[in-house]
Amino acid sequence: MTNHWVDIRNANVILSMGGNSAEAHPVGFRWVIHAKERSKAILISVDPRYNRTTAVSDIHAWLRTGTDIVWLGGLISYLIENELYNRDYVLAYTDAPLIVREGFDFEDGLFSGYNPDNRTYDRSTWNFELDENGFARTDPTLQHPRCVFQLLRQHYSRYTVEQVENITGMPRKKVLQIWDVIAQTAAPDKTMTILYALGWTQHTVGSQMIRAGAMVQLLLGNMGMPGGGVNALRGHSNIQGLTDIGLLSNLLPGYMNLPSANLQTYQDYMRTRIKQPLLEGEVSYWKFYERFFVSMMKEWYGDVATAENDWCYDWLPKLSAPLYDILYAINQMVRGEMTGAFCQGFNILAAFPNKAKVTEGLSKLKWLVVMDPLKVETGEFWQNHGEFHPVDPSQIATEVFRLPTTCFAEDDGSITNSSRWLQWHHKAAPPPGESRTDTEILAQVMLRIKRLYEEEGGAFPEPILNLAWNYTNPAYPSSEELAKEYNGRALVDLTDPQGNVIRRAGEQLDDFSQLREDGTTACGCWIYSGAFTEKGNMMDRRDNSDPYDVGMTLGWAWAWPMNRRLLYNRASARPDGTPWSQDKAFIWWNGSRWVGADVPDFAVTSPPSEGVGPFILTQTGRGQLFASEWLNEGPFPEHYEPMESPIDRNPLSPDNPLAFHNPIARVFDEDKDDFGSNKEFPYAATTYRLTEHFHFWTTHARLNAIAQPEKFIEISEQLAGELGIAVGERVRVRSKRGYMDAVAVVTKRMVPLEIDGRTVHQIGIPLHWGFKGVARKAHLTNTLTPFVGDGNTQTPEFKSFLVNLEKL
Amino acid sequence: MRGDQINLQDIVARSASPTPSPHVRSGNIQQVAKLIDVSVCIGCKACQVACSEWNDLRDEVGHCHGVYDNPIDLSAESFEVMRFSEYVNEEGDLEWLIRKDNCMHCAEPGCLKACPAPGAIVQYANGIVDFNSEHCIGCGYCRAGCPFDIPRYSEKDNKAYKCTLCSDRVYHGLEPACVKSCPTSAIMFGTKEAMLDYGAKRVASLQERGYENAGIYDPAGVGGTHVVYVLQHADKPEIYSGLPKDPQISPVVEAWKGITKPLMSAVLGLSVLTGFFHYMIKGPKEEPEDDPDPEKAAADRELDRREGDRP
Repeated sequence: MTNHWVDIRNANVILSMGGNSAEAHPVGFRWVIHAKERSKAILISVDPRYNRTTAVSDIHAWLRTGTDIVWLGGLISYLIENELYNRDYVLAYTDAPLIVREGFDFEDGLFSGYNPDNRTYDRSTWNFELDENGFARTDPTLQHPRCVFQLLRQHYSRYTVEQVENITGMPRKKVLQIWDVIAQTAAPDKTMTILYALGWTQHTVGSQMIRAGAMVQLLLGNMGMPGGGVNALRGHSNIQGLTDIGLLSNLLPGYMNLPSANLQTYQDYMRTRIKQPLLEGEVSYWKFYERFFVSMMKEWYGDVATAENDWCYDWLPKLSAPLYDILYAINQMVRGEMTGAFCQGFNILAAFPNKAKVTEGLSKLKWLVVMDPLKVETGEFWQNHGEFHPVDPSQIATEVFRLPTTCFAEDDGSITNSSRWLQWHHKAAPPPGESRTDTEILAQVMLRIKRLYEEEGGAFPEPILNLAWNYTNPAYPSSEELAKEYNGRALVDLTDPQGNVIRRAGEQLDDFSQLREDGTTACGCWIYSGAFTEKGNMMDRRDNSDPYDVGMTLGWAWAWPMNRRLLYNRASARPDGTPWSQDKAFIWWNGSRWVGADVPDFAVTSPPSEGVGPFILTQTGRGQLFASEWLNEGPFPEHYEPMESPIDRNPLSPDNPLAFHNPIARVFDEDKDDFGSNKEFPYAATTYRLTEHFHFWTTHARLNAIAQPEKFIEISEQLAGELGIAVGERVRVRSKRGYMDAVAVVTKRMVPLEIDGRTVHQIGIPLHWGFKGVARKAHLTNTLTPFVGDGNTQTPEFKSFLVNLEKL
Repeated sequence: MRGDQINLQDIVARSASPTPSPHVRSGNIQQVAKLIDVSVCIGCKACQVACSEWNDLRDEVGHCHGVYDNPIDLSAESFEVMRFSEYVNEEGDLEWLIRKDNCMHCAEPGCLKACPAPGAIVQYANGIVDFNSEHCIGCGYCRAGCPFDIPRYSEKDNKAYKCTLCSDRVYHGLEPACVKSCPTSAIMFGTKEAMLDYGAKRVASLQERGYENAGIYDPAGVGGTHVVYVLQHADKPEIYSGLPKDPQISPVVEAWKGITKPLMSAVLGLSVLTGFFHYMIKGPKEEPEDDPDPEKAAADRELDRREGDRP
């Protein structure tokens, strides 16, 4: 979230799209209800289904799954052509005036630089035109034909309301009704918040859907504003923490990048990571990358990491493939190139697409370790579970080790929620049986591997043998010790420019502004610096006072970065430092410093007259309507059909087969025959969660099983009529990859849509239920889903694929 | 708040009892109410699960019946269920109306009037209608007498059960478990006065949003209820999964009470004795279907008729 849960109550309009917040986040949804009560907010629900969020919405509309970019692109065009955007904000705070270099082009659905042979882009033309000082040229009149504003306008001129209706299936009257409500939040005293979740993420164009939402918010001037922002409602209690701490295969802690294989030297790596400002005087905070990186390496390797050995850079793994994500890993298993796996807190058999392929991959492993509090399906993938998992154990040689772990209430530590708050929690109950915390298990594994290297030697032992492991009990590092590590500490007495000591050697740092690139500080995760200081555990604070009555409780837990609750909050004030409106006053310049309800996301003494941009992490200091090289499909989001589409062309580029699907979607050669066509599988399917369950966990809990006992799918009355299916009858859903049985929920909440000259039926498939637990046993939903990922994150396309349906 | 005090001295009505209720107390106990605002209910079923947890109930793991409702109906192990209905309004727009269904805690409780077992159903001064299960003889008349069709008979122990409005929690100054668990504050608890006040504000807010017929459901036919709804369409309560438009206590139950009233001690004494001997001789498992009492037979017929009317 750029903003935070409680801040939703400050919104005037709430757009729930790409998510079903009431369903998946019922507790956080209270702030939506607060907004409706406090500020008479209008809740808009746009979704392939009429869902639980829709039930309490003011306006709703159905759209075809996977077509959100068309709808958002149309909205962008509508705002521009009708001059309904916040012009002052766009001029001052976005890159709209910047001029893009010659050579950048978009034609017939593809941006300049596409290579169809390896399905990648040469992105070098996706950049700004620079002057002799290396700064981007601008045109404050927004008239230059290559300025971002004009390119944006031109790009989305193809997204007419007729085309939106044609592709999404949403009647034009409804489209315009909703856009009109949204456009009203361009006013300085009105804001809209966007709440999204995996309904945007899990598409082959998922990252671009989210970006399109962010662009709308920039045009409306809703970024950095209370009640505004683009807010990812994270799907697991600590999944924000997972990405923050760098557990994705290509990341290091704090959103630093693991180097790729072509960056063999520390200097090459730094050259690609240190981002200098593209406009004069801007902050471009990634220019301090070296401080974050060196401090991390000092935390990992202590005294062994020195300037002379490039802080042990050579010991970091270098990526030979762009990513070692789960799709890649499973593919490697199937190819026999990955022979062992640790599966921690992750029911991979149920959670990744094409269960048949996942089963094949796991079956080829020599060993598999499953760390989980419950007897999840993955640990028993080798067992025959009848019709729901008909494998032959005699054909599977994988040795499976099950290590029972603890649940969250059986351990203490911090959980980072969607609001970026690190909230400390305390152990409430002893774990049952032989279960142990994940930390203890990993520490034990580490110590054993280290001992094996010491005793038997082996290839490349240095990174293991030299890893700093200075815990009171090396076999069980405490949560406090780990938290202090990610906060960081001074390794020598740190002094300010005047020579005053600001931190003594060994003391915890106050925040990441004290980090140094000379190896005198250690810090495990720079964005978490400030969470555990000399003042104590800031995450354990529970002061909920809200002095400005804007839902800002700075004394409750701790938020990264720097305890800021609202990112880019400098943008909540006009360029001259006064609030856009008194109703939305949040951070303002008081003549000598920035003050207000939040920790300013800005240099607190930098006066408005210096004109520094509010987006201090970007190279331009401005919100990026033009993404340059940051995303793989192009600098503007473009609609491509899902990998399995119910129509035969991309109506935006009907004549270019290369632009039918995302031209750089994550597809492996092995899977090309596993995609179905709409001739064989005519219905568009989408998967989702239900409130009554959490993935495959709660089917182990009796009360949840009672509340929603059995697998079902949702279909429209029209489709049910065509196929002769009555309410409550059993049906079989089939995709190119397999089939699944379920009970039919026949509902008015699903409707057929008219798309590009044909009727498209959509089928809703909850992802819950499997062959373990106390609920009724069922086929796993991912039996159906396709093995294809987003072009940037590799997140599987669980939200749009094709199926057929028959009555049993 | 004052409505949290209930104990044996605060019982204001008692089923099939000739003796007057205690009334030495000064009557300062305020009436309580639970308000269910259907317009902000997201149907998450947290209340349903909290109810089962607090009351230590575990219903069967059932089946999907082609709807979101589960369990599909109230039972002795499910004191409340969420009922989902799809309603197409006059403008042709779809509304998904989700109603938490449980005992309404009527001011004039039909169950209590119909109950032949002395003290099996009581009403407290704060308005809560509670089943005192140890006195229940399992006859099922409470269900026949209930205009909302709430009480359910347990095959396990042949007694009837329903929502207690968490009288045990309320006694200790806590809100009912369902109220505590509700994430959107769709369920509120307080004095009835405060709840009607709050409800009026919610109704005004809904009317401002275009729900002209928004209103509070507090039906006069049963003297008002201690569970009240805020409905978007108060003129059509039946669209909320069959919420009765004008609930009344069955005339049979009323007639029965009317006739017995002058003969209270005699008939009820007989009734108690009948019940006692019936229980001692036949045990608790049999329905008293061969009861010679003509009033009871009439109530039985009424029970059958209402069962037949039910879809």
